[in-house]
Amino acid sequence: MSDKKNWPLYEVFIRSKNGLNHRHVGSLHATDEEMALENARDVYTRRSEGVSIWVVESRHIFASNPDEAGELFEPAQDKVYRHPTFYELPDEVKHI
Amino acid sequence: MSDQQILNLEERFQQRIDAEIKVEPKDWMPEKYRKTLIRQISQHAHSEIVGMLPEGNWISRAPSLRRKVALLAKVQDEAGHGLYLYSAAETLGAERDQLTRDLLDGKAKYSSIFNYPTLSWADIGAIGWLVDGAAIMNQVMLTRNSYGPYARAMVKICKEESFHQRQGYEIMLTLAKGTEEQKAMAQDALNRWWWPSLMMFGPSDAESTHSAQSMKWKIKRKSNDELRQQFVDVTIPQADFLGLSVPDKDLKWNEESGHYDFGPIDWDEFWRVVKGNGPCNRDRIKARRKAYDEGKWVREAAMAHAEKKKERKAKLAKSA
Repeated sequence: MSDKKNWPLYEVFIRSKNGLNHRHVGSLHATDEEMALENARDVYTRRSEGVSIWVVESRHIFASNPDEAGELFEPAQDKVYRHPTFYELPDEVKHI
Repeated sequence: MSDQQILNLEERFQQRIDAEIKVEPKDWMPEKYRKTLIRQISQHAHSEIVGMLPEGNWISRAPSLRRKVALLAKVQDEAGHGLYLYSAAETLGAERDQLTRDLLDGKAKYSSIFNYPTLSWADIGAIGWLVDGAAIMNQVMLTRNSYGPYARAMVKICKEESFHQRQGYEIMLTLAKGTEEQKAMAQDALNRWWWPSLMMFGPSDAESTHSAQSMKWKIKRKSNDELRQQFVDVTIPQADFLGLSVPDKDLKWNEESGHYDFGPIDWDEFWRVVKGNGPCNRDRIKARRKAYDEGKWVREAAMAHAEKKKERKAKLAKSA
């Protein structure tokens, strides 16, 4: 009963209005990019949720591995001097 | 990996769940967590897809254009909800084609409520009001479940479902305010859908096999009986407003507990329908198989067309 060839999976990103980033909303199957775009419109924007759609075949996304999250992200945690609150200034100084 | 290492991972996993940190697709998770979620999410997806059938039955006979566009939009939403959910299941490594096949082969379950027939227009009202109402109770809880993609799909679904329930109640309201005959139709629909709606929450807590572990993993946050009681408590005043009564002679307000007491559920009927012997089980699967088989050439042709287009594009790029 299975089809010989399954339609590839696409990830869908939607910009809800100008001024905002495209945001990942989910995925769907389609034969090519054009069909993915049309299907994304029907599946993810039935209530005017978007003004722009990106689709990309899922296999093209190269993602970081959660097991390596430590090596990747922990080095930023002890660099408090990258935040404005690290610097102590008297209250009298305004607009800074 | 040694047993001890897995044990440590499981412990850390539980700590993260307890700390309300969501699980995301590539995170380590116990195999049973993954399997439980694939089972639950795909059952949920199948329910949306099969759920289109009883209502689809009335689209061509909706009594007005207003009712017809609403019902069409609702059934289209259900297709969409099925797709959001399949998409969430696929993040766990499930294959869409396999999930579909499991449904068609009768290996996967879907909500038993859709194995009851829609005999009159009033059933469309009763389904929107009661069946979607019960589904919302459950789904609102699921917006806070521990698996990120499932929880996010639920948020979107809940937003959309609220229109489903309101359009159903509006149909009931119109009928209940209509002629004697229309009111009788509404009452008849309520009589037939009430008990199956209560069964939608699943077996009582004492009988529910998956509940304890699912609660611990925060896949579920309320028990079946808790949700069922919550549903009864909000629905009875709505029935009163319609001037209709639920078919339960034991139903009464309990001043002390602050809840409605209700009569015993016919669990034999529940299990009969779950095991495949409800009024419409065979019809539903037959309809899904027919759609799958008759759509086969379309799926294949679309794929062939896409490949041809790609080849043509490549050729053009080469010659340019």
